[in-house]
Amino acid sequence: MAKVRISGSEALLRSLINEGVDTIFGYPGGSIMPVFDALYDHRDDFRGVLVRHEQGAVHAAQGYARSSGRVGVSIVTSGPGATNTLTGISDAMLDSTPVVVIAGQVSTGVLGTDAFQEIDFVGITQPITKWSYQIRRPEDIAWAVARAFYIASTGRPGPVVLDFNKDAQVALFDYEPESVDNVRSYIPYPTPSLEAVEEAARLVNESERPFLLVGQGVELGEAHEELKAFIEKADIPAARTLMGLSALPTDHPLCVGMLGMHGNYGPNVNTNECDLLIAVGMRFSDRVTGKLSTYAKQARIIHIDIDHAEINKNVTVDVPIVGDCKEVLPMLTALVNKASHKEWIDSFARYNAIEHEKVTVKALNPGEGPLLMGEVARKVSEATGNSAILVTDVGQNQMMSARYFKYTKPHSILTSGGLGTMGYGLPAAIGAKIAMSDRTVCLFTGDGGMQMNIQELGTIMEQGTAVKIILLNNNYLGNVRQWQELFFNHRYSWTPMLNPDYGLIAQGYGIPSRLVIERSELDDAIREMLETSGPFLLHVAVKEEANVMPMTPPGASVNEMIFE
Amino acid sequence: MDKKLYTIIIYTENIAGMLNQVTAEFTRRMMNIDTITASSSSVEGVHRYTISLWGEEDSVQKVTKRIEKKVDVLKADYYTDNEIFFQEVALYKLSTPVVLGNDEVSRIIRHNTARVIEVNSTYTVVEMTGSTEDILNLYDKFVSHNCMLQFVKSGRVAVPRSAQDVLGDYLFNEDYKRKSIKEKNK
Ligand SMILES: Cc1ncc(C[n+]2csc(CCOP(=O)(O)OP(=O)(O)O)c2C)c(N)n1
Ligand SMILES: [Mg+2]
Repeated sequence: MAKVRISGSEALLRSLINEGVDTIFGYPGGSIMPVFDALYDHRDDFRGVLVRHEQGAVHAAQGYARSSGRVGVSIVTSGPGATNTLTGISDAMLDSTPVVVIAGQVSTGVLGTDAFQEIDFVGITQPITKWSYQIRRPEDIAWAVARAFYIASTGRPGPVVLDFNKDAQVALFDYEPESVDNVRSYIPYPTPSLEAVEEAARLVNESERPFLLVGQGVELGEAHEELKAFIEKADIPAARTLMGLSALPTDHPLCVGMLGMHGNYGPNVNTNECDLLIAVGMRFSDRVTGKLSTYAKQARIIHIDIDHAEINKNVTVDVPIVGDCKEVLPMLTALVNKASHKEWIDSFARYNAIEHEKVTVKALNPGEGPLLMGEVARKVSEATGNSAILVTDVGQNQMMSARYFKYTKPHSILTSGGLGTMGYGLPAAIGAKIAMSDRTVCLFTGDGGMQMNIQELGTIMEQGTAVKIILLNNNYLGNVRQWQELFFNHRYSWTPMLNPDYGLIAQGYGIPSRLVIERSELDDAIREMLETSGPFLLHVAVKEEANVMPMTPPGASVNEMIFE
Repeated sequence: MDKKLYTIIIYTENIAGMLNQVTAEFTRRMMNIDTITASSSSVEGVHRYTISLWGEEDSVQKVTKRIEKKVDVLKADYYTDNEIFFQEVALYKLSTPVVLGNDEVSRIIRHNTARVIEVNSTYTVVEMTGSTEDILNLYDKFVSHNCMLQFVKSGRVAVPRSAQDVLGDYLFNEDYKRKSIKEKNK
């Protein structure tokens, strides 16, 4: 293509257009002003989403990315603008979310002088990104942007930072578009070892009680159909991690529930009963394994993951297969025998029935007393035909909505799993709705988390983003209160919280809302929320001292769940 | 578990900030690096780090994998002492008057295959290449003869005993269809 003489800022935007970017979540400031100035000429090329805090910009980009599979983009200024993004970047790192964060930086000549709003952003972000790079020369822009998108979106996805020096933003130069389709030091899609796959298939064929763990890797690798084909042929029961909940539909006959500290009883107990554990695109987080020294000791373990460094990190496995699950699963399917494990699969249902009786019935149909989080979540899910995107904040609201939502479509749960970031939900929901305008986006948040990024109601107001906000208000930092009740002798230290009038706050932002206290009101309020065309705040007063159950207490084994 | 001395050999693109990225993985685990040597490698544009540290194999293996996972790291492997040839180099700056006044000191120098690289009226510089142990033994001897003015020792450098060429095998395997960063970045 012909060279054209343009500014670095203009080159940045053209490079973004080259990568297919059409939405930017951002916030301007001194050392990124040339870029925002260039954006003025590109009002038709990008949907500009002015957030109200840079943390919101990254979480919104994450929501955009996770719901759509595309790379989310944020542009912020240097110094405080950049540091405000750190929580979002860390969240994206731990949850493998492809985002590119572009921050302004002071001019190259004054680097290292404590210039106004100068911080060492590359230095700070190196440990929390896949790649962090400072653009000092306009000639690097096209290459750096192309490389950033390539790295963020390939292999195990993750966040990339571009620290963009002001002098490079304003310099004029001969721009030439670039693309990157490989980086020699980086192997995003390792070739799976055929031997390992054969060995794994042998273990599957010998197994009487195989059990498959589905992680977010299946969603990231778009391997939903490949997963189903494999488990259906070999008749293997499968449970999902929190991050992988929508990788396999809730009602799939082989889906036996959710793993983890607040997961279902069957999959947790049977982790220690199976003779073969097949982990696909999950990382044996401590929230899933509980006490490691007693975790699945009786079982052979196959671990399929695209990231070599995940192998034997927490759990030592018998057969590692390093590769993309979309490629590995069909290889396995071809080699495994058609099988039936009816009795084994039924054993999950037997354990889940215990949970149903001890926990679920009461959570969904308490009959009287204050509303419970679980019943609200299930009702909202059903009212959307179980087809909404669930975005959660962190805490009891997260666990309860994740547990009681039902998933029928891929990419239907957005939650902060690795970092557990309160305040993730609201901006992530905005990003999700903007990316997937055809889908209903339901945010479940708590009174604590809502206030951690409540300023993003302003973004909703301005963008008219039709996010359905379900605020589960228990007047507590509930998750912490639960731990205080169970493990700190009921000492409610710093967890009761005086709440504002959320209806008034919503009104201030022009967002319609409804407060629900009575059970008899709930259905109608949900109907009103979903029938309202724009954003809506459903403020539900829920039982103050309710616990998320069942639970694997900290330090306990997966098969030692408690029910109250 | 047993702590052992491990040597990690890392090849990276030669770009600013790489050392920081590599060492951050140790900092994160509060693993203390014993010696570190950074230099160019046999391939232009590729940097080589040799890091030695005491640790348990499990954590050394994990940290090595995490380093190799970094986008601009080409290859990282860890070795025990019997899998590599390794050397360190030391410089000892000694007081010339003391050295000349004590025959024992020059005998020590000859005996240890150390080499004198500078003598003037105030100081003498002696160089020695060898294992950490030999280098420190010599240090102790000079100290005991009260002639030591300054001492410095490098980190270790090492090459694997195996006939395999790790970097070559990596760079020139079938996946190698790529340009170095520098070329790309012109
Ligand atoms: C940024 C941040 N700070 C603190 C915590 C610790 N934390 C986890 S859950 C929780 C309570 C959340 O309260 P709320 O938002 O009201 O949700 P609930 O559990 O009551 O549903 C806290 C404080 C966290 N996860 N993130
Ligand atoms: Mg609360």
